[in-house]
Amino acid sequence: MIEIESVTKSYGDVRVLDDVSLTIPTGGITSLVGANGAGKSTLLSVAARLVPADGGRVRVDGMDVATAPGPVLARRLGVLRQENAMSVRLTVRELVAFGRFPHSGGRLTAEDHRLVDEAMAWFELGPLADRHLDQLSGGQRQRAYVAMVMCQGTDHVLLDEPLNNLDMRHAVQMMRMLRGMADELGRTVVLVVHDVNVASCYSDRIVAMREGRLVAEGPTAELMTPELLRKVFDVEVEVHELAGRRIGVPWS
Amino acid sequence: MQRRHVAAALAALVLASFASLFIGVGDLTPGDVLDPDAAQARVLWTSRVPRLLAILLAGSAMAVAGLVMMHLTRNRFVSPQTAGTTEWVGLGIVVATLWLGGTSVLGKMAIGMLFALVGNGFFVWLLQRLVLTDIVVVPLVGILLGGVVSAATTFLAYRFDLLQSMDAWVNGDFSGVLAGRYELLWLVLAATVVAYLWADRFSVAGMGESFAVNLGVAYTRVVLVGLAIASIVTAIVVVSVGSIPFLGLVVPNLVTLAMGDNLRRVLPVTALTGAAFVLICDVLARTIRYPYEVPVGMVGGVVGGVLFVWLLLRARRRAL
Repeated sequence: MIEIESVTKSYGDVRVLDDVSLTIPTGGITSLVGANGAGKSTLLSVAARLVPADGGRVRVDGMDVATAPGPVLARRLGVLRQENAMSVRLTVRELVAFGRFPHSGGRLTAEDHRLVDEAMAWFELGPLADRHLDQLSGGQRQRAYVAMVMCQGTDHVLLDEPLNNLDMRHAVQMMRMLRGMADELGRTVVLVVHDVNVASCYSDRIVAMREGRLVAEGPTAELMTPELLRKVFDVEVEVHELAGRRIGVPWS
Repeated sequence: MQRRHVAAALAALVLASFASLFIGVGDLTPGDVLDPDAAQARVLWTSRVPRLLAILLAGSAMAVAGLVMMHLTRNRFVSPQTAGTTEWVGLGIVVATLWLGGTSVLGKMAIGMLFALVGNGFFVWLLQRLVLTDIVVVPLVGILLGGVVSAATTFLAYRFDLLQSMDAWVNGDFSGVLAGRYELLWLVLAATVVAYLWADRFSVAGMGESFAVNLGVAYTRVVLVGLAIASIVTAIVVVSVGSIPFLGLVVPNLVTLAMGDNLRRVLPVTALTGAAFVLICDVLARTIRYPYEVPVGMVGGVVGGVLFVWLLLRARRRAL
């Protein structure tokens, strides 16, 4: 469970997060949606202690992320940011294996190796295992990063735009993987997603933000309404039921 | 690169090290080692062996220091020689000599380390505040900084008549290495061992701050420890034998080009290659004008400079 209490954050004069309070329950996929600059990524970064909050606090499993020891938190919460410009030349296997660092401190056990293989298999990285990251396409690299975070084995997995650089097939596959992590492995997955229909099709809960404030949160079906989408995105959106899913169509 | 390659390289280095013992003006052949007369034993134990040890220690430690700095600044062209670290040590030596009564080697080293730490810290502080996207601009800033510091050093040395002794640390030279005058160099071995123990942390820090925080690594502390290791090694080497240009830059680049950036794997090979690089340069320095010697810093400058240009051209090509 992730408890966010009155978090505020400003960059200069711009208030990016304005008194946000939110509880993300254990299990399932929660998607943060909103227009550009709504504060989704900042909220995710604050929750993952990558960015310090100006006010308020975030607790993961009851631990304050600002004060909890780094290594302890690294076994509870894994995070991947949107921008991952990495100049380090590691092979895919080496990168994924670093996901075990919080557990084994670099000396991998047989169990660690098994988990590394498993994470690579999940994301179909087996054939790329010994390739260097700079030899991969953007999408392959993105899958490798997510595999590393998965390999970290944390109960909470926070991903900022995990579909970055992925083509249609791999985007669908990634969302299925994340679904599997939530359903089969019981992980709590929190995503920042810019496509509201991806959020609608794959997540259990939606958190809608606008201009640094929380607009609404709740089960996906309840939030996928034309009224709410207009409020969040500032554009008229029709919502259609398609094969049991609610799809927002903004091009009317 | 496989284990056997590393083993082969190690064997070659051991052989070359042994052979290097017999290069010099004093008459000494491999056969004499088994049964040396008094003069030969003196040459061997007061000059040749200490010189070899100094070469291996300085070469391996400087290469590793470069490797660590390259990871922590996330830039392949940052090393003690391109971040101004050696120049800060030089300034420290002059300041120690002039005002702190630091004529002892240990005193110079301590002040040199302090200056190197401040200099490295300043460089990293500067990097975090400048928005530099071009990989080549970052080391240029370092070289610029080094130029300013070295100008200040030269000015002081000129005013106080120290230019002669300045040459000792600007130009690396092993000809002055004698038993009793190089032993502080063993300290760099300790620094190298610490770097190896922290290899994974440096790798993680090299992935960037958010990756490091995610994996529970105390980013700032790791950066500080790495900079301290680089500063300590640079100060000890520069005070003991002088600067060897490009060593900390070219060697880590060549090794990581072949083996990738996983420090735990790469660090031992970097240390070996650094030792081999300096050994080769020193043997060249001893034989080019035999029976006279040229400073190893000069040979290193030429050999390393050519390799550096090649690396730069290669980086440009890859970036396009």
